[in-house]
Amino acid sequence: MPLQSLDIAARSATTLPSPNIRRTEEVAKLIDISKCIGCKACQAACMEWNDLRDDVGFNFGSYQNPADLTPASWTLMRFYEVEPAGQLEWLIRKDGCMHCADPGCLEACPSPGAIVKYSNGIVDFVEENCIGCGYCVTGCPFNIPRISQKDNKAYKCTLCSDRVAVGLEPACIKACPTQALVFGTKRAMREHAAERVAELQERGFKNAGIYDPEGVNGTHVIYVLQHADQPELYELPNNPTVSPLVKLWKGIAKPLAMLALGASVLVGFLHYVDVGPNEVKGEKKTDDQKEKH
Amino acid sequence: MSSEDETIVRYNASERINHWIVAITFFLAALSGLALFHPSLFFLTDLFGGGPWTRILHPWTGIVMVVAFALMARWMWRDNYLNESDRRWLFQIWDVIGNREERLPPVGRYNAGQKVLFWVLVVSLALLLLTGLVIWYAYFALLFPLWLRQAAAVIHALAAFVLVEGIIVHIYASIWVKGSIHAMVSGKVTPAWARQHHPEWYREISTGKA
Repeated sequence: MPLQSLDIAARSATTLPSPNIRRTEEVAKLIDISKCIGCKACQAACMEWNDLRDDVGFNFGSYQNPADLTPASWTLMRFYEVEPAGQLEWLIRKDGCMHCADPGCLEACPSPGAIVKYSNGIVDFVEENCIGCGYCVTGCPFNIPRISQKDNKAYKCTLCSDRVAVGLEPACIKACPTQALVFGTKRAMREHAAERVAELQERGFKNAGIYDPEGVNGTHVIYVLQHADQPELYELPNNPTVSPLVKLWKGIAKPLAMLALGASVLVGFLHYVDVGPNEVKGEKKTDDQKEKH
Repeated sequence: MSSEDETIVRYNASERINHWIVAITFFLAALSGLALFHPSLFFLTDLFGGGPWTRILHPWTGIVMVVAFALMARWMWRDNYLNESDRRWLFQIWDVIGNREERLPPVGRYNAGQKVLFWVLVVSLALLLLTGLVIWYAYFALLFPLWLRQAAAVIHALAAFVLVEGIIVHIYASIWVKGSIHAMVSGKVTPAWARQHHPEWYREISTGKA
């Protein structure tokens, strides 16, 4: 929901800039995968704080439950059994909205103010303005938004914008028992992540690194990965960007098409003014003759 | 022109009704589509009862349009084959635009411009239907991979742009060529109208061929 206590930096389907005279520190959630024990306290806290109760699903042979993000499950522990160096590793990643600095969902959304980006970096869906078209799903490089079958509205993690607005950390952060989840300013989180990466590298994780993808201008949820050279091990896109197709569709195509349509109508009118109506020539004569009689 | 001169039936009642169903559904689909295409036109959603209703109604108006157009195409496609004289007509487009109709090769039931429009509509509506199903979130979109939905959204917008441009030309031509709108409303034209705009068609119907 929109919060008056947070400044809006960008608004979907809006051509003019939002009020932006104030400067706000950007926030970020740091997810340190090397510290995660997969307890799902974050998942439970998310449900509890946001009053979400997903349908009871089914077991498909993994601790992962539910199987995927849903309109009522905004964060999800994903469990991966991989062998990156011939050795079995059990990777657990907390999935959810990345809160991109350049959000594809916001760019794709046709409804004014249905998606907003606050000046602190949080990207929020305003369900009241959502028309249920699903374009945000098409625009997202991380496959996060889900459209509810119940009300045809799009839902995803809000980064607890309601808590952050009053100086609290997101519910998942508060619940995490190992400090795998940390919340603070983006700058502080980058620094903390860099320290963690150095520690991991010392312990032998040569390719440990930060996942804060440049392609979407950075995110406000960042990961520390043991294998930052292979984000696909965690089902993370290697170089996520807002698809060029979405950029084309929502970028240059819009003003160009509007201009062309307007110009066509104008050209038609000017043509009429220039050559006049195309009337039946013979008939005019008959009319003249009739008048003479 | 007086009504007793209108002796030639150009479109019968079912053809006219068919045309106007296509026209009305075109306007509904185009206005609701444009509302979601550019933020400056989002106010058009008010015509449909708000954003969600626009999203709900748009695909259905499109489907009715495609079905109605398919029925129309069934009776008019034979008259829309392009031939050699249509090619010459298109080469002389400046004579068309300059209203020097007498210099053009004799036109049949439809002129080359109308024929080209017909095929533009066939192609753009086919694309709109297929891509529209791919991005119809309420029912089908999640059956398709993301890249296809992204591509479909772009093609849908492009095909709609071509369609709307085509219809702008079509509407303008009907305003410019006097008697055309009347022909699609009452169904009848005068022999002089037919002789001037569609001489080959006039020859065919007056010799009893058609």
